[in-house]
Amino acid sequence: MSQSHRIPGGQIDRTKTFRFTFDGLPYTGHPGDTLASALLANGVRLMGRSFKYHRPRGPISAGSEEPNALVELRSGGRQEPNTRATVAELFDGLTANSQNRWPSLRFDAMAINDRLNAFFAAGFYYKTFMWPKSFWEKLYEPIIRRAAGLGSVTREEDPDAYDKGFLHCELLVIGAGPAGLMAALTAGRVGRRVILADEDFRMGGRLNAETVAVGGVPGADWAAAVVTELSAMPNVRLLSRTTVIGAFDHGIYGAVERVSDHLPVPPAGKPRQILWRIYTRRAILSGGATERPIAFENNDRPGIMLAGALRAYANRWAVKVGERVAVFTNNDDGLRTATDLQARGVDVVAVIDSREGGEMLSGVRHLRGAQVIDTAGRLGLKAITVRQANGATETIAVDALGVSGGWNPNVNIHSHHRSRPVWDAGIAAFIPGPEGPPGLLVAGAAAGLLSTHAALRSGRDAALAALELTSGPDLPEAEDAPVRITPLWHVSHGKGRAWIDQQNDVTVKDVKLAKQENFTSVEHLKRYTTLGMATDQGKTGNVIGLAIMAELTGRSIPETGTTIYRPPYTPVAMGALAGRSRGKEFKPYRLTPSHHWAREQGAVFVEVGNWLRTQWVPKPGETEWRQSVDREVLATRRSVGICDVTTLGKIDIQGTDAGAFLDRVYANTFSTLPVGKCRYGLMLREDGIVFDDGTTARMGEHEYVMTTTTANAVTVFRHLEFCRQCLWPEMDVQLISTTEAWAQFSVAGPNARKLLEKVVDQDISDAAFPYMGAGNITVCGGLRARLFRISFSGELAYEIAVPTRYGDALLREMLARGAEFDPVVYGTEALGVMRVEKGHVAGGELNGQSTALNMGLGKMVSRKKDSIGMVLSQREGLTDPDGYRLVGVKPVDPNGKLTAGSHFLEKGAAAVAANDGGWLTSKVYSPHLGHDIALGYLKAGDRKIGQRMRAVNLLTGQDTEVEIVSPHFFDPEGERLRG
Amino acid sequence: MIIHHPILGPRDAQEFVYLGDASLIDRPDGMTAGIEEFHEYLYQRTNPAGEHRELWYHEQGDRSWLVVTRNTVTHEITKVELARDVARSRGRSK
Repeated sequence: MSQSHRIPGGQIDRTKTFRFTFDGLPYTGHPGDTLASALLANGVRLMGRSFKYHRPRGPISAGSEEPNALVELRSGGRQEPNTRATVAELFDGLTANSQNRWPSLRFDAMAINDRLNAFFAAGFYYKTFMWPKSFWEKLYEPIIRRAAGLGSVTREEDPDAYDKGFLHCELLVIGAGPAGLMAALTAGRVGRRVILADEDFRMGGRLNAETVAVGGVPGADWAAAVVTELSAMPNVRLLSRTTVIGAFDHGIYGAVERVSDHLPVPPAGKPRQILWRIYTRRAILSGGATERPIAFENNDRPGIMLAGALRAYANRWAVKVGERVAVFTNNDDGLRTATDLQARGVDVVAVIDSREGGEMLSGVRHLRGAQVIDTAGRLGLKAITVRQANGATETIAVDALGVSGGWNPNVNIHSHHRSRPVWDAGIAAFIPGPEGPPGLLVAGAAAGLLSTHAALRSGRDAALAALELTSGPDLPEAEDAPVRITPLWHVSHGKGRAWIDQQNDVTVKDVKLAKQENFTSVEHLKRYTTLGMATDQGKTGNVIGLAIMAELTGRSIPETGTTIYRPPYTPVAMGALAGRSRGKEFKPYRLTPSHHWAREQGAVFVEVGNWLRTQWVPKPGETEWRQSVDREVLATRRSVGICDVTTLGKIDIQGTDAGAFLDRVYANTFSTLPVGKCRYGLMLREDGIVFDDGTTARMGEHEYVMTTTTANAVTVFRHLEFCRQCLWPEMDVQLISTTEAWAQFSVAGPNARKLLEKVVDQDISDAAFPYMGAGNITVCGGLRARLFRISFSGELAYEIAVPTRYGDALLREMLARGAEFDPVVYGTEALGVMRVEKGHVAGGELNGQSTALNMGLGKMVSRKKDSIGMVLSQREGLTDPDGYRLVGVKPVDPNGKLTAGSHFLEKGAAAVAANDGGWLTSKVYSPHLGHDIALGYLKAGDRKIGQRMRAVNLLTGQDTEVEIVSPHFFDPEGERLRG
Repeated sequence: MIIHHPILGPRDAQEFVYLGDASLIDRPDGMTAGIEEFHEYLYQRTNPAGEHRELWYHEQGDRSWLVVTRNTVTHEITKVELARDVARSRGRSK
């Protein structure tokens, strides 16, 4: 027999039945159910095990504050741990499993922790696992982690898409209870752009869970009618299943919409969730209030829940949690639960009211001045022990107990800018403080206004104030009952444990221990006991914990204060934060003009910045990367090679002060560069460290083209704009990035000119286009192009640029027309080999720690002019004659292996930091020389040329005898590139 | 955060790159100032809990450098200027 605990009524659709499983057993429910309501309807109270003691637990709430009923939903890639059963919307075919138990939920071997609770008090791991120190990381922590903890994460990829979206409105209303609905109605009816967001799948808030009337009709019906009216307004956007997770700066709110969480699989083209960024000048927090329990011994048994939740399950979901129910309360709202349950035919056997005097409920056993002091029933509540006003104790058989310790306004979002809530003695709870996020008003129970009438009124008034309106809709008639509460935080009795924070297994004893050890501030209390941490962030437990601390220390609650809240309001899936930025789309990628050609050839690509560059281009039969790279290097040096260098940053610099500007930003001089020539430029940071390098050509009197390294293309441009706008605002100089505008190829090797002559329309003989020449040319019969005679490889080399869309064609044209020279296309590896052979600095040397002096380029820093970094490059620490100098390194034994990152040591010196002489910055195998070569920074390296040292790598165990040589391994006189 | 760009209006802070204290505009002249003065310029910063003038670059926009006056405690932005205008008003030219 299924749904044994279902009663008539409720807001579920009984015409449809959903089948689902929990821990493998089949159950049924209806549309409108949550997983928790459906399980309770089937008589299932036990839904989880606690974090530390593995105590059997059931849900205590009917909402997002739930600390206990955390379950794993679904399976495979969609498996989702730590989901609150109380807000998981039921769908047909849902599979759910309990977590943190072994081998089963009913028999959990780790429940031994409960017997050993004396060892697991607050702060136990700070005291118990102190020695030996090394055991913590390797032994204790892994064991504790395995025993404690919550759900498990799937190892499979999430198959669903997550989106991010942007919304703008004039008024954001957070929470669609009576206050929120009234606020939205007030703004919506006058045509304002409103977004109304609510975490529930059914708007109405507590009205759906109550029997109160609004405007003469049941509250839930009034809410439904308002939702219908709002949904017809084009200026109102209703976002149900949407949790506003935080108030960020300047009117930006984050919200997570669970678009498809209530469906087995997202509909085609729909995401699973959307992370909204909502921009609004005005917002109203109408997020309601959360009931809090009272701590008493064994108050955590399945079947004991918040009184308002018990009522919600009966009224909204037509579920009686037990056959014999009792209520324990310190306020009038608890009495409402008893009345509602009775009205629905549930057997309410006793109301235990901790207050003396006051009116008596009729038709129910109403015990005044009484307290629940203990309970029984390990896997589910069986009985409670009550101490009556006269001191007599009585055991009452019940299978459900509703507890009400009062209601805490949901101030969370109001605290997101560090506003401290203030204590309101009238309702014995914290309410939002005076200074919240600018533009955020609070209405309804979130503001501490707990009656239906007050919620409706404050919702309307908040909307009027936010939008500066003078009149709004009439208020429907509703109850305006006063809050009558006599605070009771915990029941003093016996030595057993009374839970405050059920998620973290924090008990009254733990608070006492914290006080005993002088962790009396609320912030220390939180950290010492873990009170208020984890997925529920103490929504039900925090206030009780600090109230008990106040009691223990003899301070008032306002004196004790409260911790405040940070975003998110409820847990957010990592997928929602990542959105579409995952896998290949983690960041944008850029393709070079030669990409399609290279892909046809089966090239291997490497990510450089956001670019995909050709790393090498294997030929048939080449099985190992070095075969391809060696071939590309040798072919280039023998005849001609082509490399796509489009990725290097290109900046057009124009204006009458362009030359003077370059003199300021480069360490060396550019204003003297003749038109039609290039020069290598060294750019420093203001602290004297080398920032970037590249060649810059003077294309006209007031026109230069700068190149930067691929990696720094963006930051150099930003820096130049800084110099231009902030430092020298009157200079006549304009900048534009043309990196994407030009496809640029390096053509290098003895036959480079002969190959280019096949495509270039002009005379490019050595006389007409000498070394370091630059100019505008045309190719292939008239296409505008640029030619630079510069070399990174040490060969006779050019860089030729055409408008990007012709890049692919130019490459194919050069290969076809120059076929007689057997040209090779080389990738970044071969490029790297040739530049190390030539002793040019690159990434390993331009490491953000090195000066021009370190690189052997100290003379390039002109002191005849002001330039960025010139002054501070002269600092004592940067001009040490014994400082690092760039050197070449080769193994004494040609078969000796070098590794970048190895450190220089004198022969016989111990491999300790004190003997460290520097390190190898780049290493390649030189096919030309037939052995490994490297560049490195060596202390006083310029005076150690010819010496023998060791290159030691403690990670790989290499210890290679090396000779320190000039960094120019290949053609040191530069005869080839001038050829 | 939202930065009210003097030319382009309110823009999301994600479009910008942050640099730091606007005093970076006051670069000494390298031909007359020494290491000490440059050291002060480059490394010495106040770190106020409160109003702070700072440089932001509209990299995903019009490439303007801006001087934003922001309260570091509340993140309230009270003034946004073009850095070029600020630089000129502080006597910088060529």
